[in-house]
Amino acid sequence: MCGAPKQGGALAGIDLSTQTVIQGSVWHDGAPVAGAYVRLLDSTDEFTAEVVTSPEGEFRFFAAPGDWKLRSLAPVGRAERVLSAEVGLNETTLAIA
Amino acid sequence: MSRADVLVSADWAQEHLGEPGIVFVEVDEDTSAYDKGHLEGAVKLDWKVDLQDPLRRDFVDKEQFEALLSSKGISNDDTVVLYGGNNNWFAAYAYWYFKLYGHDAVKLVDGGRKKWELDSRPLSDAEVSRPATTYTAQEPDTSIRAFRDEVVAAIDTKNLVDVRSPDEFAGKLVAPAHLPQEGAQRPGHIPSAVNVPWSKAANEDGTFKSDEELAALYADAGFDGSKETIAYCRIGERSSHTWFVLKELLGHENVKNYDGSWTEYGSLVGVPIAKGA
Repeated sequence: MCGAPKQGGALAGIDLSTQTVIQGSVWHDGAPVAGAYVRLLDSTDEFTAEVVTSPEGEFRFFAAPGDWKLRSLAPVGRAERVLSAEVGLNETTLAIA
Repeated sequence: MSRADVLVSADWAQEHLGEPGIVFVEVDEDTSAYDKGHLEGAVKLDWKVDLQDPLRRDFVDKEQFEALLSSKGISNDDTVVLYGGNNNWFAAYAYWYFKLYGHDAVKLVDGGRKKWELDSRPLSDAEVSRPATTYTAQEPDTSIRAFRDEVVAAIDTKNLVDVRSPDEFAGKLVAPAHLPQEGAQRPGHIPSAVNVPWSKAANEDGTFKSDEELAALYADAGFDGSKETIAYCRIGERSSHTWFVLKELLGHENVKNYDGSWTEYGSLVGVPIAKGA
């Protein structure tokens, strides 16, 4: 199974002592963006994974500690953010201008 | 075989919706995507439920494939036009099945669901039902499917193309990063494999890059066009995307997809594994 699990929701069942979770939501004009495509790029800008945001605009990745870039694509525009992730929960927001 | 024979644009798809003799088929793992909205008249295939054997790890056999297509109202004479989410991974996987079972008139919608949505093209939530047919499949064409023994034998002799992300290839991740990092298999890659992530063959909107860009991509990675080729990923769907590029777009002969992929290879006892970039 390579398809993404349902985005958003509780972290129940996820072991935050071993998993490096990067999650957050995509916003535009003060509202969450559902159905946006969010991609995770590694430190060399290479594509690593992509998910579609939930009705609440949420996304979640299971990565490894290190530097990552998030990029969202949606009909309303795009947004980008870099972050440094550690083991555990790493939360962020992508705002489409 | 060339691009025009195997790939249609979103514009072409939109113009040919509902045309007799053409069946649009959405293939996803997450079928809630189809249920929320799909191309007008398109039927749905669920990667896991419809295309995998319910018990063994294998995909549907000839009889199961015939029953599936018959129930979906697809006939041998229809042109099947596939599209889906995940940058067409599962649509490419289904394309490979259709070829394996001898259905020649099959095409992919370039960019799949993603481009369709990013273009804000119309989606329908109307239920689709087509009258059942009696579909007849051919015996599976194993010239496009690789099994584990030939993969081990291919080390240092054939092109082995690992299409996973660089971190999976290097052994830092064991699954794509939208999935929890767990699994029985050992991390790493098959020795002598080159790493050409499937994503390098696609633009951000999910469409395939041009033939010139694709040819340069594999040449730069050390791909030897005179050799036979086996593509693999974790479970065989991302490598279907690359199989499609190498075989159907670039026209290489003797390209196989190893659907056992890393979840099989990385669990085999005693086989060689390489780590690092």
